[in-house]
Amino acid sequence: MSNEHTQAHASEHTGFPWKHVIGLVLSLILTFAALWCVTSFAFSPALIVTVIVILAVVQAFVQLFMFMHITEGSKVWQITAIGFGAFIAFCVVAGTLWIMLFAL
Amino acid sequence: MAAVTNHNNKPYEPLEYSTEEGSLRIFGFWLFLAADMVLFACLFATYLMYIHHTAGGPSSKELFEVKDFMIETVDLLVSSFTCGLATLEMRRGNKKATIAWLIVTLILGLVFIGFEVKEFTGMVQEGATLQTSAFLTSFFILVGTHGCHVSIGILWMLCIIAQLATRGINAQTARKVFIIGLYWHFLDVIWIFLFTAVYLTGLVL
Amino acid sequence: MENIKHFLGNFFVTGEPMIYMADVAIVLVSLGIIFVLTYFKKWKWLWKEWLTTVDAKKIGIMYIIAALLMLFRGGVDALLMRTQLALPNLHFLDSQHYNEIFTTHGTIMILFMAMPFIIGLFNIAVPLQIGARDVAFPFLNAVSFWLFFAGAMLFNLSFVIGGSPDAGWTSYTPLAGKELDPGVGENYYLLGLQIAGIGTLATGVNFFTTIIKMRAPGMSLMKMPMFTWSVLVTSVIIMFAFPVLTVALAMLTIDRLFDAHFFTVAAGGQPMQWANLFWIWGHPEVYIVILPAFGVFSEVIATFSRKKLFGYHAMVFSMVAISVLGFITWVHHFFTMGAGPGVNSFFSLSTMLIAIPTGVKVFNWLFTLNKGKIQFTTAMLWALAFIPNFLIGGLTGVMLAVAPADYQYHNSYFLISHFHYVLIGGTVFAAFAGLTYWWPKMFGHILNERLGKWAFWVFMISFNVCFLPMYLVGLLGMTRRMYTYPAGLGWTSLNLIETIGAFGMGLGFIIMVYNIYWSARYGERDTTGDPWDGRTLEWATTSPAPEYNFAHIPTIQQVDDFYYMKKEGRQKEISKAPYKPIHMPNNSGVPIIMAVFFFIGGFGLVFEWIWMGILGGIGVLACMLYRSFETHDHHYIPVDEIERTEREAGRFS
Repeated sequence: MSNEHTQAHASEHTGFPWKHVIGLVLSLILTFAALWCVTSFAFSPALIVTVIVILAVVQAFVQLFMFMHITEGSKVWQITAIGFGAFIAFCVVAGTLWIMLFAL
Repeated sequence: MAAVTNHNNKPYEPLEYSTEEGSLRIFGFWLFLAADMVLFACLFATYLMYIHHTAGGPSSKELFEVKDFMIETVDLLVSSFTCGLATLEMRRGNKKATIAWLIVTLILGLVFIGFEVKEFTGMVQEGATLQTSAFLTSFFILVGTHGCHVSIGILWMLCIIAQLATRGINAQTARKVFIIGLYWHFLDVIWIFLFTAVYLTGLVL
Repeated sequence: MENIKHFLGNFFVTGEPMIYMADVAIVLVSLGIIFVLTYFKKWKWLWKEWLTTVDAKKIGIMYIIAALLMLFRGGVDALLMRTQLALPNLHFLDSQHYNEIFTTHGTIMILFMAMPFIIGLFNIAVPLQIGARDVAFPFLNAVSFWLFFAGAMLFNLSFVIGGSPDAGWTSYTPLAGKELDPGVGENYYLLGLQIAGIGTLATGVNFFTTIIKMRAPGMSLMKMPMFTWSVLVTSVIIMFAFPVLTVALAMLTIDRLFDAHFFTVAAGGQPMQWANLFWIWGHPEVYIVILPAFGVFSEVIATFSRKKLFGYHAMVFSMVAISVLGFITWVHHFFTMGAGPGVNSFFSLSTMLIAIPTGVKVFNWLFTLNKGKIQFTTAMLWALAFIPNFLIGGLTGVMLAVAPADYQYHNSYFLISHFHYVLIGGTVFAAFAGLTYWWPKMFGHILNERLGKWAFWVFMISFNVCFLPMYLVGLLGMTRRMYTYPAGLGWTSLNLIETIGAFGMGLGFIIMVYNIYWSARYGERDTTGDPWDGRTLEWATTSPAPEYNFAHIPTIQQVDDFYYMKKEGRQKEISKAPYKPIHMPNNSGVPIIMAVFFFIGGFGLVFEWIWMGILGGIGVLACMLYRSFETHDHHYIPVDEIERTEREAGRFS
């Protein structure tokens, strides 16, 4: 039985839910920024894709920290699990494209 | 396993973590989400590999409508927000508000599924089906797997609303609300990547 | 009438005398089981004590029984193959039948024998080793078992109903695609593995949570027994590898059932994407079955050398390194696809890197043996034999990792021998070592050492007689999966020797089964709970352990704390009165019923009867719904019952 139990901040649970509203606004801004990148610029596809992927990763962090309470509970293990999952996901996507597109 | 109440005198501990069972299940659910991420990664990898393999069928540029997928995206983002509010109200011990926000989330989920079904049927009517090309096979299965997850989430949320209504907020229902919240936000994260890698990238490449 | 006849002719496998014999045997055995259960009025006992249990110890036993049955089935497949290949130009099996048999042999041995065997050992040893009362999610654990069982039964059904899969255990497209492989055989493979795979994924989540969150007080990660460490690392690999299998199987199922184009060239698909996804799962899979084996050997070698395991930290870090590296080596299974030099070089190097942590582990075992007071028990003999045999498999693995050279070895008997040396010399030896080692803990009696040693020597020597010549015959050019060969190639004598070895392994297995029977009747009873003078917590309780494992959860001070407990007399505190009521989960019939619906749905999809697939799916959802609304899923064991149990075990104090 681990003792790394939760300590959420009680202060979050009174008053106006600023954290959630900020999370929503940030998500919307990031989403429309990505759309704007795609529709309004004539950069090379590689550059545009890089930028929108970065925006997506930032938005994932917004969800994880603003909405998903990843820092509660066994936070070290939760973050490690999600981090390792992200690493494997990256290996699968990048590895597959590298291997199967025969580009190298 | 053991639902022994935790008697640690912590300054504040949410109800869903208050039993050993609750904290175990939340932890286990995080692990499931990490595994599910890899599941989606395989579908993403396959889709990206086949992005130009249209076999003479329609391509992404011909199929994707900016207006449609932006509505879906904003709808899902807002539903993630309302689901977050449901968890918040649950922690405040506010049963009615929790149920209300869950119902709003559920309706937004249904709207999302409605738009997705409309999008898919539209494509099929234009002759872009699962059997047309490797590109479309991987598109339908990737986006459809996410849609399946959302649909399961809707059914699941219905069960939880029923349990909240009849049993009120206790350690067990609080844990369930928290976990469905995790699931719903996670689906939003997956959608962000779908939006980026499928729809936006489809307009660029 | 003609239609019905035609349907039945296709539905049941016809035309093979051996299959008719199998049909008869299956019917007779089933009737026999039903008769015995009815005659002795054991149905209720079976349902209450076993089929609905959520106790990890019992689930572990069921896993191992199923694994032994599957070992028998897979072993018979192997003997049929070896009989066919004993001499040139034999017609014992025709080519189609041979294809089916090597497919079912490989699939069953990996997915339905090795996996459940090690997962069975997880269930038996891990909760006890960490001082927990059960796993984190006992209900889910039962679901995992029954899904494995449903998947295994669905897969095994193929050889009497509909026809077996025949595209190899790797099921490569396009060979496994609908165009080249119509019929239901491949569907059995896809659905059977899918159902079992979902269960395995849940096992990974379950054991990771158990080990991270439910250890006895004082047991920090670096004080855990090495087997528990190996299970922790394995659970990580399971969680991140099995989703890939799920996706790959689903894709091929969709291709076959709905004419989609993931792997069909004509519509832009790439058949090699199947190989890519299959091995992204498949390579980590070999570490899933080998790391727990390493864990078993670490326990056995430390116990029977009467020494602390050498290099604990190095052991842990090398397992972690193997688990990460294991995810980035998958292309070495298809170097010959012809990816560029960059790709092949990278994966060649990453593969060779794995030899380093593995080598570290081998040296640590050797240093544990060094200056130990070695007891040559049966379990120890398996562990000692593992080191040289696994080394042969490992070193030939490094040879195969050299991409240019692999173009020569690829898919030859050299490769066959390599992976049998690692899988038998590693996993199977570990399964037998673990079985012998933990048998008293499972059943309360010790397996006969004399018979055990006979089984060991016969099996181990025969294993080498069978597989060592395969390296040679592989280098002489014999490729895998050929169903017969002409005389005059210099392969004949080697093949004959291999066949003799294979039957020797069969004999070893029979001795082992006889030993199980003999020991159950006459074997020495284990009254102490600690027959081997063990070092870890599972030996601190009775054999078999009571439902609640420990009357009091012990507090841990160091690695191998039970050894020091015994020295300092602290072990008595575990069973010391007064007791408190113990909270335990209730038994549940939902897991097995859910698995039945999975089976029904899977069977429907095999025959492309979509309505039946939907029916099964609805049943599964209904079970989940029922479970969601269930509230009373636990009970308390009262103090007087604990007292009675401890008194009967002679431990009450």
